[in-house]
Amino acid sequence: MPPSLSRNRASIRFLVITATLCVAVCIFFMTIGVKGNWSFILPFRGAKLLAMLLVAYSIAVSTVLFQTVSNNRILSPSIMGFDALYALIQTCLVFTLGAQAVTAIDPRLMFAVECAIMIFFSCLLYRWLFSGAVRSLHTLILVGLIFGILFRSFSGFLQRVIDPNDFIVLQDRLFASFNSVDPNLLGISLLMVGGASFFAWRISPSLDVMSLGRETAINLGVDHRRVTTMILVVIAILVSVSTALVGPVTFFGLLVASLAYQLIANAKHRFVLPAAVLFAMISLVGGQMILERLFAFDTALGIVIEFVGGLFFIVLLIRKGAR
Amino acid sequence: MISIENATKRYGETIVVNGVSLTLPAGGITTIIGPNGAGKSTLLSLISRLLPLDSGMIAIDGLDIVSAPSDALARRLSILRQDNTMTARLTVRDLVEFGRYPHSKGRLTAADGRKIEEALAYLDLQTLADRFLDELSGGQRQRAFVAMVLCQDTDYVLFDEPLNNLDMKHAVTMMKLLQKAATELGKTIVIVLHDINFASCYSDHIVAMSNGTVAFQGTPDDIVRPDVLQAVYDTTFDVHELHGNRIVTYFV
Ligand SMILES: Nc1ncnc2c1ncn2[C@@H]1O[C@H](COP(=O)(O)OP(=O)(O)OP(=O)(O)O)[C@@H](O)[C@H]1O
Ligand SMILES: [Mg+2]
Repeated sequence: MPPSLSRNRASIRFLVITATLCVAVCIFFMTIGVKGNWSFILPFRGAKLLAMLLVAYSIAVSTVLFQTVSNNRILSPSIMGFDALYALIQTCLVFTLGAQAVTAIDPRLMFAVECAIMIFFSCLLYRWLFSGAVRSLHTLILVGLIFGILFRSFSGFLQRVIDPNDFIVLQDRLFASFNSVDPNLLGISLLMVGGASFFAWRISPSLDVMSLGRETAINLGVDHRRVTTMILVVIAILVSVSTALVGPVTFFGLLVASLAYQLIANAKHRFVLPAAVLFAMISLVGGQMILERLFAFDTALGIVIEFVGGLFFIVLLIRKGAR
Repeated sequence: MISIENATKRYGETIVVNGVSLTLPAGGITTIIGPNGAGKSTLLSLISRLLPLDSGMIAIDGLDIVSAPSDALARRLSILRQDNTMTARLTVRDLVEFGRYPHSKGRLTAADGRKIEEALAYLDLQTLADRFLDELSGGQRQRAFVAMVLCQDTDYVLFDEPLNNLDMKHAVTMMKLLQKAATELGKTIVIVLHDINFASCYSDHIVAMSNGTVAFQGTPDDIVRPDVLQAVYDTTFDVHELHGNRIVTYFV
């Protein structure tokens, strides 16, 4: 058997094992320590599980796709300010419409509107970065930091001048966490993630080519501008979903994407994407379960993830710099 | 035929390709020579639509590179760039497989598989096929990239300094391979070379660029002459006749 085929087999075997582990973790999460009223606990935990799976999926896929368009392994949408942009859009909407109007609107409609604005602005702001004009990674990181700080400071400014009542509504939406997921948004999130995935699946043959870099992709006949735009749309949708559900999570995507590249040893997206998604699901659901059941901490998961991910980001930067 | 009319490329105020009009005939080997910074790589990037033209027009067999669909062009024209870096970690075979993308769009057929093996064999890469690119020497990696471009199997193939990093044996093998591709398979090969002796021995047509313009063009007999080369490179050359080829020395 040719080695490339056996490498694919090994990757598939690895994915099957990881998927089994993921299912096991989900089942544990649903059933561990359930006493008494199953009919109450199962839907409650189910919604939480669904939210975590959606967030894990969105963060993993958006990070891998982002690294593919930006052609490096250090950046992620959140490092480049995508979720800060989403938070800014939410703030601006509450600021201009007022909390009363915002709460009166169906949250699902509101979410869709925010998502549409997000798609528009992320294409507007980020597309030029990947059109071949900016080549240095340092410039990219710098632009990302500046965008992030700009969006956050502007949101911060608006939140200070906003009506205090409006601010309370806003705070509710901005500081979502793994424990305070809005169940109203689960359905539409599922729908949007499904739509984005379908879209990504349509362009999947060109994804591997895109990861070879702009020039090689053009040489191989990929319409680089168009595919870049489409990937940015997918990323914008996925970031909107994860940020709306649990708020900004900065380094998690980077962590799972790097793990996937390391452990799967196969650069093809059809292996890397599922691996990153499964790692993300296992660590979110597993992490939450351990913290809740073992340590009885309720809110710490976000902090733990950011801590580990942040350390990892620094290691990546140092290793890259040493080379 | 590659026809270039008034092609111009600027970076800010600097014009790096300045109104170049040039016709590269179909078939045979055309070599582009010229000093560092003359605009050779930029011209190749313009021809292969990697850089947008500021003004002018380029057509491949009558297909305008701006308006023609990119994937149709990819089945007609391929380019090996001067420097190739990859973030993805690929094996030699993975890389060469990508050469078939314009034809197979990621679903390799048995025929694609044969082309891949052929390209690997041509460049003497069979034993290295399953090594990762970052585990290869510079010359081995260069050969892997050439194999990818050959695997794309286009009528027009542009090479920007394909002899980079190659030892003498592999440099000669590479040039013979390109010659064979031109004569036996009828491909049109355009190469940027710094080694004038290779240009002199293997080209059908030489284009000498300097300062973003075409300074001279013609057969090796027209170009490989002390006065012409001195005008292009601004250094002194001796030209010797050796076994029917013109060989240049410029070392002292
Ligand atoms: N991205 C860029 N921005 C600004 N100037 C550039 C850029 N790329 C190339 N140049 C300039 O354009 C000119 C032509 O560059 P080009 O790479 O075409 O030269 P070349 O003839 O291939 O040289 P070499 O033999 O060194 O490869 C050079 O003066 C170079 O400095
Ligand atoms: Mg060059």
